[in-house]
Amino acid sequence: MANTNVEKEPLFSKKNLGLVKDPLTDNNPVTVQVLGICSALAITAELKASVIMALSVVFVLGVGNVLVSLLRNAIPSSIRIIVQLVVVAALVIIVDLTLKAYMPDLAKKLSVFIGLIITNCIIMGRFEAFALGNGPWKSFLDGIGNAAGYGLILIIVGFFRELLGSGKLFGFPVFGDPVEKTGLYATGYENNGFMLLAPMALITLGLIIGFQRSRNKNLIETH
Amino acid sequence: MSTKRTDSNSYTIIFSVIMVVVVGSLLAFFANFTKDLRVKNDQVKAQIDILSAIGVESDRSNATEMFTQYIKQQKVIAGTEVSDDEKAYLIDVKKEMDGAKKGNVQRLPLFVAEKDGKTLYILPVRGNGLWDAIWGYIAINDDLKTINGVYFDHKAETPGLGANITESFFTDDFKGEYLYDASGNFKGIEISKSNGDPNNEDKTDNQVDAISGATITGNGVGAMINSGIRAYLPYFETLKK
Repeated sequence: MANTNVEKEPLFSKKNLGLVKDPLTDNNPVTVQVLGICSALAITAELKASVIMALSVVFVLGVGNVLVSLLRNAIPSSIRIIVQLVVVAALVIIVDLTLKAYMPDLAKKLSVFIGLIITNCIIMGRFEAFALGNGPWKSFLDGIGNAAGYGLILIIVGFFRELLGSGKLFGFPVFGDPVEKTGLYATGYENNGFMLLAPMALITLGLIIGFQRSRNKNLIETH
Repeated sequence: MSTKRTDSNSYTIIFSVIMVVVVGSLLAFFANFTKDLRVKNDQVKAQIDILSAIGVESDRSNATEMFTQYIKQQKVIAGTEVSDDEKAYLIDVKKEMDGAKKGNVQRLPLFVAEKDGKTLYILPVRGNGLWDAIWGYIAINDDLKTINGVYFDHKAETPGLGANITESFFTDDFKGEYLYDASGNFKGIEISKSNGDPNNEDKTDNQVDAISGATITGNGVGAMINSGIRAYLPYFETLKK
């Protein structure tokens, strides 16, 4: 894929793939840029909620980036933030209505946090920093990449919190029944309820950040 | 950015107007498109909630079936008139309470359930918590004096504190609690911080142990139960005869 022809860059050139891959690892919006923390703490007590939140953000940021990119030459610069807000708000309302119609119980659990996608700094950040200056395809990849990077962290945190806090994954018991004392609980193992509270989400996130920086020293700030 | 046609005031205004019209109509269309499903979901949720007040667990797949199985009668009490209404569970309690304030006759839905050969009366209640509305269903045993079970929900109580009124450690305390005092007068339930009975062993004290840190939500629950049940007392009197 070493096509250097600038005018006709292949759809999946190395550079374009980098738009998707970088936010997953070395330029992760949550662990490296430390954006979007509030929802990462709030809804990660269960894996299922994490996955739905991740998918919602992938949809909103993927579609939103493309829309903003398509409109980038038409948006009056004096009201561009408002236009971006309208785009993200409209998409979020669509997600919210869809969840309420097809997954009402989950919609209740995610409650205000779907609405708060609007204020997720990752989204406005990508609109402003990337979609306004790049074409729709690149913006789409950038949106998917950044949302996936956010979602990946959400899912990792959700995995550990649900597993250690409730002994379940996606609501299915993994370690046995804590009330009947079967499986692992027979040996005296107890669920750590503290994992379900917000502080442990922050600590889990901190451990992930620490782990990532121990593997990639370039991410450590020197000052 | 240098001066472009997109910087002019008229362009900005026209752009905003078009944007608002397009986005507005798109969202209106989508809201309409999903409306039926959302209304249906709310109706099924009401059935699930009513059933959980009498301790019957159901989910969205079997709620309607279980509802017809357990709920034998749905009544609507309006003043002194009592009628059967199969859609009583759809009555909007908030609307009825607002209407009552304006002087209309409040329609009170009552669900008569049969569980394990016992007749239970379930009634909806609604009140105010700390931040926003709280509501629920109270199931009363056929002696019309003791609580069989309760279901509470809330709009925006504090997570970890007031929001815990939905949890079983709180709602289970209501089971078997007396609504009347020793001399037979209606007293209701008080959510008490200092009843010295945290395990709620005394069922005749008209008190249920409060949740620490959720005083105002707890007071709201107590007030909601008492005023809610009080509205049904005239009808219960006719049942006792």
